[in-house]
Amino acid sequence: MSDQMTDAYAGSGADQSLQGHVLNASGGDWDDVAAEASALHEERIVVNMGPQHPSTHGVLRLILELDGETVTEARAGIGYLHTGIEKNMEFRTWVQGVTFCTRMDYLSPMFQETAYCLAVEKLLGVTEQVPERATIIRVLMMELTRISSHMVAMATGGMEMGATTVMTVGFREREKVLAVIEMITGLRMNNAYIRPGGVAQDLPPGAIDRIRDMIPSLRVGLRDLERLLNENPVLRGRTVDVGYLDLTGCIALGVTGPVLRATGLPHDLRKLTPYCGYETYDFEVMTRDTCDAYGRLRIRIDEMFESLSIIEQAADRLQSTPGPVMVDDKKIAWPAQLAIGSDGMGNSLDHIKNIMGTSMEALIHHFKLVTEGFRVPAGQVYVAVESPKGELGVHLVSDGGTRPYRAHFRDPSFNNLQAVAAMCEGGQIADVIVAVASIDPVMGGVDR
Amino acid sequence: MSEPTPQTKPDSVVAQESAAQTAEVHAASTQVATTDALPEVLEVRHGMFGAHDAGDTSGYGGLVRTVAMPAPVQRPLDGWWDLVPEVLTRTLPDSGASYDAAVEKVVADRGEVTFFVRREHLVAVARALRDEPELRFEICTGVSGVHYPHETGRELHAVYHLLSITHGGRRVRLEVVCPDADPHVPSVVSVYPGNDWHERETWDMFGLVFDGHPALTRILMPDDWPGHPQRKDYPLGGIPVEYKGAQIPPPDERRSYS
Repeated sequence: MSDQMTDAYAGSGADQSLQGHVLNASGGDWDDVAAEASALHEERIVVNMGPQHPSTHGVLRLILELDGETVTEARAGIGYLHTGIEKNMEFRTWVQGVTFCTRMDYLSPMFQETAYCLAVEKLLGVTEQVPERATIIRVLMMELTRISSHMVAMATGGMEMGATTVMTVGFREREKVLAVIEMITGLRMNNAYIRPGGVAQDLPPGAIDRIRDMIPSLRVGLRDLERLLNENPVLRGRTVDVGYLDLTGCIALGVTGPVLRATGLPHDLRKLTPYCGYETYDFEVMTRDTCDAYGRLRIRIDEMFESLSIIEQAADRLQSTPGPVMVDDKKIAWPAQLAIGSDGMGNSLDHIKNIMGTSMEALIHHFKLVTEGFRVPAGQVYVAVESPKGELGVHLVSDGGTRPYRAHFRDPSFNNLQAVAAMCEGGQIADVIVAVASIDPVMGGVDR
Repeated sequence: MSEPTPQTKPDSVVAQESAAQTAEVHAASTQVATTDALPEVLEVRHGMFGAHDAGDTSGYGGLVRTVAMPAPVQRPLDGWWDLVPEVLTRTLPDSGASYDAAVEKVVADRGEVTFFVRREHLVAVARALRDEPELRFEICTGVSGVHYPHETGRELHAVYHLLSITHGGRRVRLEVVCPDADPHVPSVVSVYPGNDWHERETWDMFGLVFDGHPALTRILMPDDWPGHPQRKDYPLGGIPVEYKGAQIPPPDERRSYS
């Protein structure tokens, strides 16, 4: 390097000796940089991994201080996907809020929707009036989403370790679930299907048969995944005892979900404080006691089998539970009746004919509910559901108006990412990837 | 004060309790129902969607709406809720506080209980809630800020939700208020380390300073961002959009019915 080069970080020439040697890694020839670094006889280096790194699950930035290949300090930098969803929800009606919160953790949209709707219903005091069929559909959709979310966790986690087949199998199986979700809601993701008071519309004809057809092939796919992963020596070598976090660490950091269950504690809000009638379904809470990435991976696979069992039970119930999928209260229930028209899904012609031709009251109601929305009595609630990543909490405050006064989502990934430092420090840099993948953070939910 | 007194909803509380305790809960809730406290009025709003001028022929300009939060309740509280004041009364003197000094009021609403804690006693209360065997709220699921610009002297609220796994998923809410002019709340990171990022987020979004936090820096917004976006006085922003020939104003300039 020439002496003429000005270095913004070098300080004035006079006290250069006091400040030590400055290593400038911006531009230049790598050989020069490496020679300079080796001249220092120090292996300590700070690496920014991400935010645009393919193995960081989106835009997570990891700031790693390395001594050789050993991580001496790890910090996570977040906020690169912050889109102000919570603030935006304060400027939309209570029903419109669903379309915003579904975009937070985009791999488990049904969980934000359900948690938000349960909170709105609790504020309204209509929890008991939500029809049985709507609740079963919610359970069905949540468990389908749990499978698709865990599939992505497996797939991307595998890909980051170099297991491309795990990735292709995972995404292939996920697509089967998404096909069913698309058939029911019209969309693969960002569904806005669950609404305050029920769900947007009933299952389309043939949906139950479609679900029943999917389950056996999904079981086969899951077995494929199990055969690829469970006893794979390479996978075990990469995951066993990696990303270690014991029960004390999890509780102190407020970590929930598979990471907590991998410490042996069977903590699952579906069992602890059941919602949506989960107490009436037959399923097990899966645990491991290894506290490591391998245990979390096995828990996710086991949970997918449990979810399949819940889906079967829900499908049975749906066949014997007819009825509405939205509360009776016309002051809350969305007024539209959706139907497939020549230009896609929209208001049914019968409904349009009714409000435009025969019933002035229906028109007024439609107009008021769609433009103004319903009012929610003042107060605040906190509702939590067990998302694939852990406790997803919703804190909603109403001032008695037609919009949320404050909507806060306690995203499990946001909280769990704090454990990165505890899991990675002292380990190898290659294990950082595995540890982060075992938390399964989704940055859309973390940054909101 | 034409607002109806909000009911305490024993139904959802009963659901959390075992059948053996049901009778006891009902007995307690009838006592609570006789509380004569009125809802707390935060603000009174006039008119609707900006029709304030004298030329208002819609009648909406004359609308008056009171924003009132649920009223506080007196002890005894429903079911296990009463354990909290009971244990705090016993244990807080050890840390140089007292229940009456620490807890300003208690609100029971929609099957949830909120303890309004004076900020100087927050850490002691949180520690007692975590450590006392009868309470054992081992997880704090974060802090959420709420900005009430019309509540003079109590504009900023920090809301904590605690979960007890030991006691079968019990939850309590702690609420701490502080004025805009002095936005300081003690950090509970020493008690609940998992609150680290949550407090950073609340600082970032509301400008609440958590004293004693190990590194209170912005977390979601860029480090050099001016202002705290989720305060009510911070604009949402946005630009008008043209749709089928009409100008659609940005969301914060659209008609508001609140």
